[in-house]
Amino acid sequence: MSGIPHDHYEPTSRSEKWLHSRLPVVGLMYDTIMIPTPKNLNWMWIWGIVLTVALVLQIVTGIVLAMHYTPHVDLAFASVEHIMRNVNGGHMLRYLHQNGASLFFVAVYAHIFRSLYYGSYKSPREITWIIGILIYLCMMGTAFMGYVLPWGQMSFWGATVITGLFGAIPFVGDSILVWLQGGPAVDNATLQRFFSLHYLLPFVIAGLTVVHIWAFHTTGNNNPTGVEVRRTSKDEAERDTVPFWPYFVMKDLFALGVILVVFFAIVGFMPNYLGHPDNYIEANPLVTPAHIVPEWYFLPFYAILRAFDAEVWLVMLVDWITFGIIDAKFFGVLAMFGAIVVMALAPWLDTSSVRSGRYRPMFKWWFALFVVNFFVLMWAGAMPAEGIYPYIALIGSTYWFAYFLVILPLLGVIEKPLPQPATIEDDFRAKYVERDDDDDAVAVPTPAE
Amino acid sequence: MLRNLTLSVIAALGLTAGGAMAAGEAGQVTDYDFSFEGPFGTYDQMQLQRGMQVFTEICAACHGLRYVPFRTLSDPGGPGLPDDQVRAYAEMFEVYDPELDDGFGGFRPATPVDHYPESQFEGAPDLSLMAKARAGFSGPYGTGLAQLFKGMGGPEYIASYLTGYTGEDKMEAGTLLYENVTYPGGWTQMAPVFYGDDVLYEDGTEATIEQQAVDVAAFLMWTAEPKMMARKQTGFAAVIFLGVLTVLLYLTNKRLWAPIKARAKETPAE
Repeated sequence: MSGIPHDHYEPTSRSEKWLHSRLPVVGLMYDTIMIPTPKNLNWMWIWGIVLTVALVLQIVTGIVLAMHYTPHVDLAFASVEHIMRNVNGGHMLRYLHQNGASLFFVAVYAHIFRSLYYGSYKSPREITWIIGILIYLCMMGTAFMGYVLPWGQMSFWGATVITGLFGAIPFVGDSILVWLQGGPAVDNATLQRFFSLHYLLPFVIAGLTVVHIWAFHTTGNNNPTGVEVRRTSKDEAERDTVPFWPYFVMKDLFALGVILVVFFAIVGFMPNYLGHPDNYIEANPLVTPAHIVPEWYFLPFYAILRAFDAEVWLVMLVDWITFGIIDAKFFGVLAMFGAIVVMALAPWLDTSSVRSGRYRPMFKWWFALFVVNFFVLMWAGAMPAEGIYPYIALIGSTYWFAYFLVILPLLGVIEKPLPQPATIEDDFRAKYVERDDDDDAVAVPTPAE
Repeated sequence: MLRNLTLSVIAALGLTAGGAMAAGEAGQVTDYDFSFEGPFGTYDQMQLQRGMQVFTEICAACHGLRYVPFRTLSDPGGPGLPDDQVRAYAEMFEVYDPELDDGFGGFRPATPVDHYPESQFEGAPDLSLMAKARAGFSGPYGTGLAQLFKGMGGPEYIASYLTGYTGEDKMEAGTLLYENVTYPGGWTQMAPVFYGDDVLYEDGTEATIEQQAVDVAAFLMWTAEPKMMARKQTGFAAVIFLGVLTVLLYLTNKRLWAPIKARAKETPAE
């Protein structure tokens, strides 16, 4: 795979040859794990393995939790308390699963930002990028439906608000809403279908993950320089790369260890910090919580959803042009999903031929602002929609779209990129030779001594 | 006996139906020091027993703990009652049993496998999880840092609420409301329940209003999170184990890459 010249699996013993001629599964595993990987990958390339571990963690803890959970409006909340109190280790399983969702999203956002900065989405890795976005969408669906299952106040009202978004679709919205909820309102039918889908979607994610890995194993990894691995000869390829096993497996495991220390500290010492306290109150359709807020990982998009209210001139204009078919509510829904669509289109919106942000002096600043803006949107999404917050959310949302629709296309034309290293080997050498010189400089005694 | 106590307390306090939903402006919450705060904090068994006494003699008149089985009172990391005391304690409560033979169900004394009864009134919320449900300190500026660094949580809210009455009351739409500086909005439907020396502590602790409030808040933290000590132990073991493993992985990784990095320095640039 990957078009990079490297050694392939050769069966030696008779039994290996027997198997290989019938099902080359060992060869597939060998080629997957021994893929030549650019030497110069930095610490932002560790998130893939964190995501894989998070997916496995969620599936394993989730399967066990499902053995003790009851998807019924009268029993769900009590069955979660049963897990917390009576099931052996149940409190730990549930907190691992609950905070595992946060780990998953921390990793996916870091992974996405890394791709955006180093241009990993650019040709020839567009399919890897698109599949990644699909995985992200599945994650959002899974996380949202999983949050409904404990049947607390935020579960219920979150489900009501989010399914309600589909009701904003013109003409067919009401029918879609009833179809999604399984009735006129969020009720037992909704809970049961969400449980079913919450169990299904992780396996869809697992399948997409295989395709995601297959896609980038075909193109080869991107790297911090964005310069391709030399493929002209095996010798040159070997000077640019090292095999994934053991070099990057060890590096990734070390990074994973650091992240898991933090993760287990949160699970052990403050497991409810990232959750909403109202979800420890059983769902009550008659009492609306004062502020309905989604989990932290949805907040930036929730801010975009709420930013475009009926007082924004663009919304009024669209409303007027479409004869009210696209009203403020539907505009917000379009903006929220549009925010992810424009991100998915980044490979075609970015006109710069240089992949890595490292050699793009102007892009760097716009990207930094994009990251800051993401956190501002997250914060604005957590705040009540009153006072100054809707304006902050509106400015942030505007920048989100401007980044993809205006800045990325324009920068490729007006920006003058810096010179890039000729090869990955040069970049790798420069990193260690320079660092070594610095060490020497410190070691030289100064005359004052 | 408990039933009579219940009725007299209601009569005395003139309680009316009313939920305690958090809404409107946030009230003042005092940052009490609880023994279970921080990564190494544990429940104070004596305090849990005092809190249990306050709950039983005062709060249980109206409020239930529907998710808490009596048998857990003897679990490690809780009030730690001996089994015979748990049995005797459970018998003080009456629980509804649909299998009693009159065909409509009936009440019988509870056994350790039963849960605490539910709340007696619709307006009195169940308190099993209240200490976690009232942990919503999102400040300052919506960052949640007070919760993170000061350990501010639901027990602080409960203790502050119980001591937060000003003594003022007013009638509003046929309901008597009591002014409370902690309750969001400032006016709550629950009457003040503590006047000092409302219970006689067996360990000789002076039963001031604040002492009773803090004790029952600690007990309610336990009812909300009975496995907290087991959880912190697991977390601690996991952090230590993963920490050591991570150091070893760091050293392995460093050694593994050393020849690759050395070779990079030796090869001259083209």
